[in-house]
Amino acid sequence: MANVGIIMRRELRSYFATPLAYVFILIFLVLANLFAFKFGNLYERGQADLQPFFWFHPWLYLFLIPALSMRLWAEERKSGSIELLMTLPVTLWQAVLGKYFAAWVFTGIALALTFPIWITVNYLGSPDNGVILAAYIGSLLLAGGFLSVGSCMSALTRNQVIAFILGVVVSFVLLLAGYPAVLDWFSSWLPQTIVDAIASLSFQRHFDSISKGVIDIRDILYFAMLIGLFLVATAITLDVRKAE
Amino acid sequence: MIKTEHLSKRYETLTAVDDVSFEVQPGEVLGFLGPNGAGKTTTMRMLAGFITPTSGKASICGHDVETDTLAAKANLGYLPEGAPSYGEMTVRSFLEFIADLRQLRGEHRAKRLAYVIGRLQLERVLEQTIETLSKGFRRRVGLAQALIHDPPVLILDEPTDGLDPNQKHEVRTLINEMARDKIIVISTHILEEVEAVCSRAIIIARGRIVADDTPAALASQSRYHNAVSLRLEHSEQLAAARSAIAALPGVAEVEMSERDVRLTALPRAGASILTALNELATRQGLKLKELHLESGRLDEVFRTKTA
Repeated sequence: MANVGIIMRRELRSYFATPLAYVFILIFLVLANLFAFKFGNLYERGQADLQPFFWFHPWLYLFLIPALSMRLWAEERKSGSIELLMTLPVTLWQAVLGKYFAAWVFTGIALALTFPIWITVNYLGSPDNGVILAAYIGSLLLAGGFLSVGSCMSALTRNQVIAFILGVVVSFVLLLAGYPAVLDWFSSWLPQTIVDAIASLSFQRHFDSISKGVIDIRDILYFAMLIGLFLVATAITLDVRKAE
Repeated sequence: MIKTEHLSKRYETLTAVDDVSFEVQPGEVLGFLGPNGAGKTTTMRMLAGFITPTSGKASICGHDVETDTLAAKANLGYLPEGAPSYGEMTVRSFLEFIADLRQLRGEHRAKRLAYVIGRLQLERVLEQTIETLSKGFRRRVGLAQALIHDPPVLILDEPTDGLDPNQKHEVRTLINEMARDKIIVISTHILEEVEAVCSRAIIIARGRIVADDTPAALASQSRYHNAVSLRLEHSEQLAAARSAIAALPGVAEVEMSERDVRLTALPRAGASILTALNELATRQGLKLKELHLESGRLDEVFRTKTA
């Protein structure tokens, strides 16, 4: 477990050693606020909540998270540092988890830096802060889900651009699976049970229910299993392809 | 001890390492020689636990690299080919990171860090990021990383690649110093390096071991073993001297180089020709600038074995 921490700290420091961290956080904050106020009409709605702010998180993450996760393994393989890491006395799992948690903590930092919008709604009215906290937890879980997909895509290739595109495409599929328009199309030719199964695979549905303030163990389990699944896939991919 | 038994690595269309077995004991410095693509790096990667053998076994200090991986890795200091590292880190934070993963703690950690930094002369670049360093410095950072936990076994893939002659000398001195109580395996294609540091050399070609002996014994397989090389004062004596030497009974062949006015007489198998040549030179009144007995040329053995 100590090794996971050591690898995680190294990764996190690396984010901040390059402009990547600052650019990412800046773009995330600007877009998150822009979407909330401009398209979500956060202010004009006249309601003291952050729903319009969280609405856009899945779409923000769709592009921003793969941009963050694309380097996770592709860069290690490209530069050859994976050979160094894998010949140190660490297990493959410690490396996979250390790097994944670093990225997750980093998105957590970016998310936490949106706190002025929370202060704003509390200043303007009296929102239900329990719901807001739940939505933040939901958003963090959502980011973790996107990141696990991105980690796996990054392990597949040594090319970061390919890792980015794969990450966006797979995340997009997982996101869209919950949209009514997509589900309607499926239900026109598939039995309802399969349509429900597809819907239950979606990021969107589970995120929606948490961000409304309902923390259901099934939603938490969904994200835990999704993350676990993609991290196992990352480890298997690396085990097979690390030396290529 | 390093031990490999019938170690092989096959890819779909290619056998990179083919049934390689050897043992290395403490105190030995093993030079791994071979043309590019012969399987040196693949063998080292299997020993380091980075790639899995298709068949066969390898162990480091009794720990199987596949089943007891962490213990094997803990006993090993490894410099991968090209000395990869994390370019955005400073030398100091990189070495601290390695020290942490190597479980070095407290005073011991500080001492080991100070030792490798001093030994590889990294003080000047400690706060620089690794990507801004020259090739030579990066290689030294890679070596520092491999030495930091004072491992009983060192596997170094081309440790002096990219270093200038002074740095090469420095690294060879370091290897010689550590050789007494460690097992060291280096790969190189610089043959003078083998003679300078290795107590044993394995030549590998197309994935197979084609020679395994001391550098001196390998060199003695050369046709230049016991050859006599002489340099003349006057180039006009060259042609006459050549025919006179060729006529000597023990001489198989004479090579002539007009550029540095040199003749090299190759002996027939087992013959000793130094005395005869010396006498001939006196008799013919040849003015010699230099006369010496060759012990054999490793590069020639290398070419013959790997052709």
